[in-house]
Order: sequence, then structure tokens, then C-alpha cells
Amino acid sequence: MAQTTASAATIEGAAWHGDTLLFSGLSLALPIGWTCLIGPSGAGKSTVLRLLAGLSTATRFEGTISSPSRIGYMAQEDLLQPRLSVLSNVLIGQHLRGGPVDTDLAMALLEAVGLTGFERRRPKALSSGQRQRVALARALMEDAPLALLDESFSALDAANRIKMQDLARDRLAGRAVLLVTHDPFEALRLGDRIFMLANGRLEQVDALPATPPHSPQTEGFGAHYDRILLQLLAAT
Amino acid sequence: MRGFLTAISFILLWQAVILVTHVPPYIFPPPLAVARAMLSNAGMLFDNALVTSGEVLIGLLIGTILGVGLAVAMALSARLRLALRPALVISQAVPVFALAPVLTLWLGYGLTSKIAMTVLIVFFPLASVFLDGLLATPAGSLDLGQLAAASRWRVLWWLRLPHALPSLASGLAIAAIYAPIGAVIGEWVGASKGLGFVMLMANARSKTDLMFAALLIVVALTVMLHFFASVVARRMAG
Repeated sequence: MAQTTASAATIEGAAWHGDTLLFSGLSLALPIGWTCLIGPSGAGKSTVLRLLAGLSTATRFEGTISSPSRIGYMAQEDLLQPRLSVLSNVLIGQHLRGGPVDTDLAMALLEAVGLTGFERRRPKALSSGQRQRVALARALMEDAPLALLDESFSALDAANRIKMQDLARDRLAGRAVLLVTHDPFEALRLGDRIFMLANGRLEQVDALPATPPHSPQTEGFGAHYDRILLQLLAAT
Repeated sequence: MRGFLTAISFILLWQAVILVTHVPPYIFPPPLAVARAMLSNAGMLFDNALVTSGEVLIGLLIGTILGVGLAVAMALSARLRLALRPALVISQAVPVFALAPVLTLWLGYGLTSKIAMTVLIVFFPLASVFLDGLLATPAGSLDLGQLAAASRWRVLWWLRLPHALPSLASGLAIAAIYAPIGAVIGEWVGASKGLGFVMLMANARSKTDLMFAALLIVVALTVMLHFFASVVARRMAG
């Protein structure tokens, strides 16, 4: 891919699940903007993301990975710690690293995700949409050049999903984002670039030309969606 | 209020059993006789209850500290876990009561052997339950620790411990019920003070009403302790 800007992260190589090849010849660079990774379940989408994050996987990987030391991370679960306040949850990265804690920034980020006044509450007092917004604030707290989103919006209801997607696009502007999703609609709506991982191979598919987020009203949305869906159907 | 009703129904049932079966009072004394024995021996019972309570509380405290300490150490060190986990499992199968004579032999007839007995009976279930809790942290939460390259201690403090608090709480609630058993058994084997000692003496002199009075006080102590432990547990798990 001819990208003039430097990539925030790259991964090249192959991975095995036991003796079974998961993918090979994979080469993915993440420049600024949203890269969406779609594909059938079990194709290794989350493995790619976890490898980039430096997290443990059930696979053996051979190749090279370069990613920044700081990464904003959002999973499908909000991963909020049940007995810590919302504020402590936003600060958990700093707590876990030790050293100074920037409460002012955490409060500002809570404001940015629309949760002013929630800082002393426990996560269980929040709705699932609010909890995922705390998770976004926690990811933003890292102030990292790279954000890795693993099905981060998949557990939300339709209205909250749209809201969270737009909020995340807004707040993560200017950074490299990898969104792993099983949903071609979401990929098309949010992706500056879209890749499909299926049958052990990574392939780029067409994203819509203008700047996301798109809506189904955007010209070409339907045609793009049908094409991606056909490719997915062919892959499974 | 519900506890009060339960107590009243229990006493009525007790009296009914005696009325129906005509058990002689030296086998099963009526509630009134026990109440009389409790009042006429109030001072003596109180002194001995203090002794037993002291053993229970000190034993519970030491047992909790040791149990929490061992669970934390085993959560931090995989090597220690590998070495001690089988021992922890087997220890659950040892009838700790059988150790009471040994403890009395080693530690004497004083407080120490009773406290040791209480510690033993509290320690293993607590350590085991709390360790399970510390190791049951959701994988996703541990990912946060890995992303921050956090030290084992920080992962323990910020991720494992908050998730394990309900286990620690239920461990404490169990410990609160076991602790008085430990102290009383210790007293049965050999003591000159405490409610267990009173029960043995009363039994030997066929003062069944006094024995039941002491027994009721042990029950009341246990219920109180369990109540406090439950309050602490609820706050911790909240």
C-alpha cells in the first residue's frame, strides 16, 4: 500500500495454532486513520490484534512486529474493574505502571466522553453504553499513537453502537487505529482502509472514498457492502 | 426481628419435644432449667465465655493473617504454588480435630494450644478459598496488566485483589463459623478455663442444664461472630 505517512505499527509473518497454519505471508501496516480488519470467526483477526498489542495468544508466531510501547486498547468487554471507581478505572494504566497519576487528565477525558459526575461511581452503577465510554476514556488515557479495538462496539445495542463509534472516531482522530470486527457494515462505516483475513490470507478490500464515518446513505455504500458480504460468504 | 422469631420458635420446639417425649431432665433439660442454670452461674459463665472469646478472636486474627499471607504468596509465585497446592488440598482432608491432643501435648494446657487449634481450623479453608479467588481474575483484566507491563505486585493489588474480595469475604464468613469450634475442641482435650471446659465439667457432674447453658453461649458467640463477619464480607464484596 502506497502510504506516505509512516506507520504507527506493522506486523509481518505467519502464525500457527498448534500444527495448523492460521495465516501466512501476512503483512499489515497501520498508518494514521482507521484500518478495519474483517473476516470469518477463527480466521485470526483477534490474534493479529493481540500480537500487535504484545498480548499472549494461543498461537506460535514467526515474523516481525513493530508497535509503539504505549497502546490504547479496547476489547469487546469493557474490562472495568468492579471494585474500583470509574476514575480509578480510567487511571488503571498509570496505577499498573506505578509513578505519578494524572487525575486532571482523567477527569478531562471523562468529560470528553460525556461522563462528568460519574468519577466516584462504581462500574456496576453504569449502563453498558456508559461502561464502554469509560473503557474509551481508559484507552485515551494512554495518549498512544496506536489504538487497538477488538470488537469494541459489538456488545452494544444499535443506538449506543453508533454513538460509541462516532465518539471513538472523534476522540481517536490523528492516531492509527486498528478495529477488528466481524461486521462488514461497521467496517464500511468506519474504515479508511479495510482488510479481510480469511483462509490464512490477508487481502485489502475497497473502502468508501470519502472520510468516515459513513452512513448507508453514502453513495456506493450498498454496492460496497454487497461485495464485501459476497467475499465473506465465499470465505466461509 | 427474624432472628428473634427463629429463637422463640426454637425454644417452643425444644419445650414441645420434652413435653411429648418425657425425656428426663438429666438427658435433655427444659429451656427454663437451662435459663435458671445460666442465671445462677452467670458470673462463672461470663468469665469462661471471655476466655473462649479471646481464644477465638486471637485465633481468627492470626489464622486470617496467615491464610491471606499464604494465598498472596502463592498467587505471586508459580513455584510456590506448584509446591504447596497439593499440600493445601490434602490439608483440607485432614480432620483437624484429630490434631487437638497433639497440640495440647506440644503447647500445654494454656491458651496457646487453643489458639493454635483455632488458627489451624481457620487457616486452610481461608487460604484455599482466597487463593482460588486471586487466581480467578478474568483473562481480559490481566491483559490490562500485560499492556502496562505491570509488576506482579501491581497486578495483584489493582487487578487480582479487587476481583478476589468476594472470595476473601466468603472465606472470612466460613472462618468465623469454624473458629469457635476450634477453640472449644481445644478446650475439650485439656483446659482449666473456657466454655468447652465448663461443658465437660458440667457433663461429668450430670449438670446437664449447665452444659446446655454453656452450649447456648457458644452458639450465641458463633452467631454473633458470623453476623459481624457477614457485615464485613458484604462491605468488602460491594
